[in-house]
Amino acid sequence: MSDPTVEQVITRVHREEWARVVAGLARRFGDLDVAEEATAEAFLAAAERWPREGVPPNPGGWLATTATRKAIDRLRRESQRDAKHQAARMVYDDTPPEPTGPVEDDRLRLVFTCCHPALAMEARVALTLRLLGGLTVPEIARAFLVQETTMARRITRAKAKIKAAHIPYRVPSADDVRERLAGVLAVVYLVFNEGYLASAGNDPVRVDLTDEAIRLGRLLRTLLPDDGEVAGLLALMLLTDARRLARVSRTGELVTLGEQDRGAWNRTQIAEGAALVRERVKAVAAGGDPPGRYQLQAAINVVHTAAPSARDTDWSSIVALYGRLVRLDPSPVVRLNRAVAVAEVDGPGVGLAEIDRLAAVLDGYHAFHAARADLLRRLGRGGESRAAYDRAIGLAGNPAERAYLTRRRDQLAG
Amino acid sequence: MSAVPRYLLSVYGPAERTESSGHASRDAMVQAFAGTGAFNERLQRDGHLVFADGLAPATTATTVDGQGGKPALTDGPYLATTEHLDAFWVIEAADLDVALALAAEGSRACHGPVEVRPFRAEEPRRAPLRP
Repeated sequence: MSDPTVEQVITRVHREEWARVVAGLARRFGDLDVAEEATAEAFLAAAERWPREGVPPNPGGWLATTATRKAIDRLRRESQRDAKHQAARMVYDDTPPEPTGPVEDDRLRLVFTCCHPALAMEARVALTLRLLGGLTVPEIARAFLVQETTMARRITRAKAKIKAAHIPYRVPSADDVRERLAGVLAVVYLVFNEGYLASAGNDPVRVDLTDEAIRLGRLLRTLLPDDGEVAGLLALMLLTDARRLARVSRTGELVTLGEQDRGAWNRTQIAEGAALVRERVKAVAAGGDPPGRYQLQAAINVVHTAAPSARDTDWSSIVALYGRLVRLDPSPVVRLNRAVAVAEVDGPGVGLAEIDRLAAVLDGYHAFHAARADLLRRLGRGGESRAAYDRAIGLAGNPAERAYLTRRRDQLAG
Repeated sequence: MSAVPRYLLSVYGPAERTESSGHASRDAMVQAFAGTGAFNERLQRDGHLVFADGLAPATTATTVDGQGGKPALTDGPYLATTEHLDAFWVIEAADLDVALALAAEGSRACHGPVEVRPFRAEEPRRAPLRP
């Protein structure tokens, strides 16, 4: 019965249409629960009927119509149970959206509702993956290594808060949109980093999360094509993810940028990311807003990926870009990254001096000790290097990273 | 027409009050009172205000449990915490974004954090107050 091509179509349509169907229903019925469930039911109906009846000519339209019917059915059933709710619930919003925001795609409203600052970060992440990404609750629970019941509760509670507190389903006004968008991008980048830097669990990279984050990044880019930071974040994720295969060795050890096999990098993704960065450089040169943190980080990654080898990297450009990033975000982690680049230009001694100034704030951060260990090694200070590796290994949560650090420590002479 | 959402905006303070009511100084207290008064007027003018007032110290509270045969009285507030509800507003706002923006103004005015909590909304309510 299961025709693989129909299954592929369903997978593709799920990817392309899920958020649109949820977002449309959410606006029409003013209820995320109803929107989510009716959409899930519509996809279930497609999985049952399309293999038998064939894929309809307009799959997205079919899903939207089916989901709307399911939502109305559900509201009817509920209104019979509780007539009082009927009046409140059945007021659809069929009016054209109010011109309150720059873009009128329902999916953008959904983005801002899911990432509302009144919700805890973990709730924003879970809601975004469920309602925009279309991941199932078990998938999200697995990705964040929590119990399914815990994740289900988290999502239910967030939806209940949105409803009870009247979190609006709206693109913020021009005054607020920049700040709110920064919050949205932070959610997407957190999903990406949780996949790429997997802070817990046994997989060094969790591809489900990195792929989903890139997909969300592409959706935002579709919705806000002129926003520099949206382009910057997508570029940053593409350029970082392009190195994924080279980043972990066959024995499960982390491979640092300098030692990676550059032939294993994904050139298509690098080209796409670099093109986005070029587009932004042009826009800034033409008088656009100065680049934000994601654009600067993407630009740093372009410099890395453009170099034929680690030695041929244009480290001066990287130091200059980190310098601009430090001005936007003088956090110790950004300064640590800048210091590592400084070591490549001015020597390990200069880099180490900069890093040591961060000791008080970064003492509990494994990357701080790993960076120190490497520079101390290069300076021939083996004993201190070993101690720093020990600290880094003790603090690192990712097994691939621990394996790499352990090998490096054990290679120290004496 | 669905009802305009209502929110409780609460301000907390220590159970035992100092002479300056938990403020850094007498001047700060006077300033907070003035700021809060102006904020209340703005709420009233823009049709947000349902009710607002400040409470006597929590140490003056009496807790009553009437579930038994004879009501049991306890001297003091119900919650055993170091901070208690000090003052509150009940406001009407179109949505949480509006309520949060008002709460931020209120917080600046009264020199303290403000908790925003929606009322349960089951029955349709009357239209917001308009002057």
